[in-house]
Amino acid sequence: MTTTRFPIAAPAEESTPSVFDRLHEWVITVDHKRLGIMYIVFALGFLVIGGLEATLIRLQLAVPDNHVVSAQTFNTLFTMHGTTMVFLVGMPILAGFANYLVPLQIGTRDLAFPRLNSFAFWVTCFGGLLLYSSFLTAPALFGGAAAPDVGWFGYAPLTEPTYSRGNATDYWVIGLIIVGFGSIAGAVNIATTILTMRTKGMTLGRMPLFTWITLVVQCMILVAVSPLTAALILLLLDRGLGAHFFDTQAGGSAVLWQHFFWIFGHPEVYVLMLPGFGFLSEIIPVFSRKVIFGYPVMVAATVAIGFISLGVWAHHMFSVGMSPAANTYFAIATGLVGVPTGIKLFNWIGTMWGGRIQLRTPMLFAIAVLVQFLIAGITGVMLSVVPFDWQLTDTYFVVAHFHFVLVGSLLFAIFAAVYYWYPKATGRMLSERLGKWHFWLFLVGFNLTFIPQHFAGMLGMPRRVYTFLPERGLEIWNLASSIGVAFQLAGVACFVWNLIRSYRRGAVAGNDPWDAWTLEWATSSPPPAYNFAELPVVGSRRPLWDLKHPEDPDWQYE
Amino acid sequence: MTAIPMPQPTTPWTLPRRGPVGILLFILAESSIFAVFVAAYLFYIGRSLTGPTPREVLQFPVVMTVCLLSSSLTIHLATRALRNGALGRFLRYWLATVLLGAGFLAGTAREWHELIAEHHLTISTNLFGSTYYALVGLHASHVIAGMVMLLIVAAFGLAGRIRPVHVERADVISIYWHFVDVVWIVVVTVVYVIGR
Amino acid sequence: MLSIALQATDTVSSIFAPVSTPAVKEADLAKMVLVLSAVVFVVVAGLVAYSVVRFRAGRGEQGTEPPQVYGSAQVEAAWTVIPIIIVIVLVLATGRVIHEVQAAPEPPNAVRVTVVGRQWWWEIRYPELGVVTANELHVPVSDSAHRQPTFLTLESADVAHSFWVPRVAGKTDLIPNKTNRMWVEPHQPGTYLGQCAEYCGTQHAHMLLRVVAEPPEQFARWVEQQRQNAAAVPADSAAAAGRRVFLGTACISCHTVGGTVATGRYGPDLTHLMSRETIGAGVAPNTRDRLRAWVRNPDDLKHGVLMPAMQLDDEQLDQLVEYLLTLR
Repeated sequence: MTTTRFPIAAPAEESTPSVFDRLHEWVITVDHKRLGIMYIVFALGFLVIGGLEATLIRLQLAVPDNHVVSAQTFNTLFTMHGTTMVFLVGMPILAGFANYLVPLQIGTRDLAFPRLNSFAFWVTCFGGLLLYSSFLTAPALFGGAAAPDVGWFGYAPLTEPTYSRGNATDYWVIGLIIVGFGSIAGAVNIATTILTMRTKGMTLGRMPLFTWITLVVQCMILVAVSPLTAALILLLLDRGLGAHFFDTQAGGSAVLWQHFFWIFGHPEVYVLMLPGFGFLSEIIPVFSRKVIFGYPVMVAATVAIGFISLGVWAHHMFSVGMSPAANTYFAIATGLVGVPTGIKLFNWIGTMWGGRIQLRTPMLFAIAVLVQFLIAGITGVMLSVVPFDWQLTDTYFVVAHFHFVLVGSLLFAIFAAVYYWYPKATGRMLSERLGKWHFWLFLVGFNLTFIPQHFAGMLGMPRRVYTFLPERGLEIWNLASSIGVAFQLAGVACFVWNLIRSYRRGAVAGNDPWDAWTLEWATSSPPPAYNFAELPVVGSRRPLWDLKHPEDPDWQYE
Repeated sequence: MTAIPMPQPTTPWTLPRRGPVGILLFILAESSIFAVFVAAYLFYIGRSLTGPTPREVLQFPVVMTVCLLSSSLTIHLATRALRNGALGRFLRYWLATVLLGAGFLAGTAREWHELIAEHHLTISTNLFGSTYYALVGLHASHVIAGMVMLLIVAAFGLAGRIRPVHVERADVISIYWHFVDVVWIVVVTVVYVIGR
Repeated sequence: MLSIALQATDTVSSIFAPVSTPAVKEADLAKMVLVLSAVVFVVVAGLVAYSVVRFRAGRGEQGTEPPQVYGSAQVEAAWTVIPIIIVIVLVLATGRVIHEVQAAPEPPNAVRVTVVGRQWWWEIRYPELGVVTANELHVPVSDSAHRQPTFLTLESADVAHSFWVPRVAGKTDLIPNKTNRMWVEPHQPGTYLGQCAEYCGTQHAHMLLRVVAEPPEQFARWVEQQRQNAAAVPADSAAAAGRRVFLGTACISCHTVGGTVATGRYGPDLTHLMSRETIGAGVAPNTRDRLRAWVRNPDDLKHGVLMPAMQLDDEQLDQLVEYLLTLR
């Protein structure tokens, strides 16, 4: 044994890490909890930006013949608003929740591929920043905007070099390809985790519904986001190398782009909405103090939605001139996908029925979702009735419908989830008082903005118009819609203030503030880096119920 | 957690391995991407407004196909050798895979050179050019990505650092390589059989 | 309140005030769907409201758990079967109306029109009648005894557009490299307003449309008048000077005026410009002063429009406008 010749310095004093040290920790982290929070913070930032874009849109449309923004700027605003909300808010925030919750809910220590997890986040970040850097680049030729202005679904041949000169559209295409890589990487990771790393005793039939729904959603992402990536690559070949995939002058087909886009686009809206259903399926039982009604059917309905949603895409294309047979097929398929979706709604009501409902903030948001999603589903069925759709498609009626889905249902569900799981992630409760202000302000604002839009659509107002004419009967609906924005902004301000303030001053949460039943509540708040001191063993769908009610465990009834 | 009285499972708790599940899910996504390129190819058959037609310029790629399909066999033999601890045999079969893959890429390069220099077919010539280079190019880029992974493993292998315990990682690459082969079969059928 | 809100006036284009057969069929189906939807909404929202009120946790109930109900085969079967029945009913009704509208036979006396969508105006041609116009579609009123619908062939010269006049028909897209067909059959005379319903670029919002339904005799007179070449212009008038300006400037490379050397096809046919209510596809009324502003610099009225300003001086502008005013 050798002895060292030089004196070894004593270990440095334990000093509090500097800001840079802490930042460095977050940048290099592969911990699913930290990456989950990073995804959510990223998405909330873009939610504010996308909301400001929407605010400008509604300011411009508050009165007819308005001049708040130019036509060019308006077209950029609705393009970026839609693209941001879908790809830089919806997808990342749900990826964040899945990242955070899945390992905790299945009783394991991290995702299957932690470094791939970090890659997926940073790639998403890069894609979003690339897309937004287009605002800073010089304007394109012929007055074309620097930021993309082709609409969030970028129909051909408007996106071809002939009609979209300059590089604005390229930022859109490349940004989305990159963000798509992030989604696919995340999906591989989360799905593999669920399939291969569940804790002992947790069969697929004993997973929490949020995890089940997440599994279906990740598989859908693999099959649905890829066609978008492919179509974007084809468009990039057109724009960059002179290919003719969507170049109608050379025999290319504009309708082919629509098919490819909606083969992505329709499953995508379920990819966005289903995790919201997952949140509700965790929150409603806990605040009704009852087990979820009909767990096996909830799983079956989710899987059914996953499959059927892959076959309904052309209901976005009823006015394109498809044959009566094709139109009828897609009407049937669309009607069919509504059935399992409706079933879920009924199962949540069945859960509340006979319960002991506690109207805390997460539950308020969840109940609002039930009614707002009912409306969204009904207007969706209206749109599946093809001849009715021939009047309603591409109008403000559709805008109202999908905002009832994405804001009235998904965003409200996300708010519910934040209020529910913030205590777990931070160890502090959010303020109930501020939560209720947030809820009521946003409820009023959301409905005031989007209910009138149904009428504007039925009175002849198409989508994506930077202004409208007076005396068309549209003034009152547009004005009401714009006023609603003020309430929504106030509500979101309460929310953001609540998040910031409660981080230091919220009531201490403890492990299990809501008296819930899934495994994430079996560890501390926030959980340690390794999640569980000892990996749990489960025998039912509600392991903590079994622990708290040993005389009446769930496994006797499942 | 305190022990909960619960029914004891009768079978041991085993779940699939992460590596193969991960790569299979990735292949699911990749298949969707290829499906779109194939759909575009099939849709545009016969619709070019000008320019050379497939029949005029394409010849069935016999050598390339033999190279690639044999490489699936060699990689399978390589991973089997590794699983059985035959490190020398593993390395020989693995290097054979690399060579056959390189042969495939060389064939693609030669074919493209001929198409561009002699037949003046580029991606912007007509719809056939666009769909052909897109689909065959997408496949070739996946072969290149596979080659990169093969070469990295080959480097480790030549340095004597690979042991039977690494067989699962070799399996994952092998599954990907088989996928690339299956896609080639589809591409050949669509481009050189149906399309001509 | 709904019906008051949705009542159409002359300028309001409600889908629930249809005047033409396809729109009527669509509105009837829509009303049936709305009634069904209202029933479903009242029932389900009622259940939500009831359960929130009835099953709210009381004061003394904190810390106790209600009976745990895991499911019920009968209840779940019921709320699966009932929606399926509703879907079947809707699909049958949908299929019937799809067929009635899309597969309607074209009678031999139908008026045939080709509409070509362009950024950001509508080219309208009646090939069998020899008429070319823009932005205003004139059609004869049809009565049930002697039906005379108008069948439209829809094409696009550039990007995707969509033909939508709510009171007259559901929308059908105009897609480059694809030909679509639709039909209209107004039962009462009037001018019905519509606009492009597929985002097509900067001035999508100002690609407005008018369908003018006229009694058959009036329609025939309109056709006759539109077939004529441009009226002769009295010599030595400001209009004659304007005609020289028109023919001497690049106007003729984009516009057609029947009977002159101007045979451009890129912009609207101007032979009967003054017979139309608006200019710039509805962006301004067709008056002397708006016309002058338009020709002086179209971008002022419709930013991004593809027609350039021709850099004419005031005198040339006045003369040109005098000439344009003769194109009735």
